[in-house]
Amino acid sequence: MKRILVGIKRVVDFNVRIRVKPDGTGVITDGVKMSINPFDEIALEEALRIKERGAAEEVIVATVGPADCQQQLRTALAMGADRALHVQADGVIEPLTAARALLKLIEREQPMLVILGKQAIDDDNGQTGQVLAALWNRPQATYASKLELAGETARVTREVDAGLETLEVELPAVITTDLRLNEPRYVKLPDIMKAKKKPLDSFTLAALGIEPRQHLKLVRFEPPPQRQKGVRVKDAAELVDALRKKGLL
Amino acid sequence: MSTRILIIAEHDGKKLNTSTAKCVSCARALPGVEIAVAVLAADAAAVATQAAQLEGVGRVLTVENPANLHALAAVFAPQVVALAGPFSLVLGPSTTFGKDLMARVAGLLEAPQVSDIMAIESPTRFRRPIYAGNAILTVEASADSKVVGTVRMASFEAAGGGGTAPIEKAAVSVELPTHTRFISVSAARNDRPDLQTAARVISGGRALGSADGFKILYSLADRMGAAVGASRAAVDAGYAPNEMQVGQTGKIIAPELYVAVGISGAIQHLTGIKDARTIVAINKDGEAPIFEVADFGLVGDLFQIIPEIERLIS
Repeated sequence: MKRILVGIKRVVDFNVRIRVKPDGTGVITDGVKMSINPFDEIALEEALRIKERGAAEEVIVATVGPADCQQQLRTALAMGADRALHVQADGVIEPLTAARALLKLIEREQPMLVILGKQAIDDDNGQTGQVLAALWNRPQATYASKLELAGETARVTREVDAGLETLEVELPAVITTDLRLNEPRYVKLPDIMKAKKKPLDSFTLAALGIEPRQHLKLVRFEPPPQRQKGVRVKDAAELVDALRKKGLL
Repeated sequence: MSTRILIIAEHDGKKLNTSTAKCVSCARALPGVEIAVAVLAADAAAVATQAAQLEGVGRVLTVENPANLHALAAVFAPQVVALAGPFSLVLGPSTTFGKDLMARVAGLLEAPQVSDIMAIESPTRFRRPIYAGNAILTVEASADSKVVGTVRMASFEAAGGGGTAPIEKAAVSVELPTHTRFISVSAARNDRPDLQTAARVISGGRALGSADGFKILYSLADRMGAAVGASRAAVDAGYAPNEMQVGQTGKIIAPELYVAVGISGAIQHLTGIKDARTIVAINKDGEAPIFEVADFGLVGDLFQIIPEIERLIS
């Protein structure tokens, strides 16, 4: 069966202004709205569109994280994923651990394509897709803004610093999504009801034979330095004058 | 024993990217380091010569292979791994080149990566922004593991010139994958300064209204010798190409002067500019969050203000 595996992460919603805990041990997440990482939503949307075009038969969504992640898996099922896989893991999950877990799922499910977001908006690491492609020894095409499948290959347009780069990769491959790949659909209420009946399998990292290892100790969280509030100028002339005085024009 | 650091050069085959000089500055923040720069290329001579001149570089390693004509992460990564043996820290720039490549290197090494290093406090201790820069995290790696890192461009000045490091050909014999092929790169022709290194940047938001609306910014930018950037909203709307996007998921910049025109200032955008020396905001909405971080704020109609500024400085 032609399958697409989509990795998602539960993160603090992008509209939330996060605050660092006063003791510097983390950021405040109690009572904060949690969502699917926006880039992962784009990854899922792309997988669903490929399936709707008839180029894939099944979309599987997977996550690695604590029990609460099942909420985001249910949302993904409501968006249209066929089934969900939850790898239970608590504490800090580094990209290497997440990638190892995803690789185990790949070995079981044999997808033709794996799509992930290019980065999670919480830790901003931007690593899991590339680490997974390395462990799997398969191609990677990161920061995708266009994805076309043609037989055994995919043609991917990537948003790079210089502009747009096009790569051709043999399948299976790992794709990571950029913002402009698509606009994810909204979830409709009847789909949320339907999603409750879709299969969601849950197992532990240990059951996959993975021992989580934390390589990086999180020593301290701090708020960033704040910029001093500036002044209002009344018109263009005053602005130009002020910038000239600072030697900026 | 001194810390050995390997830096992977970013280049286009002819010219070394400034990002490499910034990686050198990051590495030099540690005392007593031995720095090697690796140049992977089809023909490495020109780029290696430039890398050898960077102040603080101990030696330059070249890996020449026709397969290195384009910087494909899947092709470069096993070669970097082959070089990495004697080094405890392997650094690349936090640009799309470095972010794509270094995490694949980390995967092959099964080593931790520290992304977006903004400060290096010891060979194992680093500071980096998380949550779009709304928190700064200090991480500590164990001393027995290699560490891979990407260097945040806005946090370091480029290393100076004047060095004379020896250039050595490195013998790398690893099998390279052929499953990934370069097809093309299309970049808009741009005679303006590079957005990532420009001293002055003018950015436009959705309020510019159209790609045509951006013309008043290009005109002013040319007058000022500035680069032009854009907010995500403006890029999404098709007013500006993707490589102009400034913010959490676009370019993170630190110019002397940043002028935000018709940009409301979402946190994701502010992440990209918070290291700018002076920020100017021009917006018709006096309540826009951009004014919270602006050194100079001007409330008004940008279509009148921008041409007027251009007249005043002509």
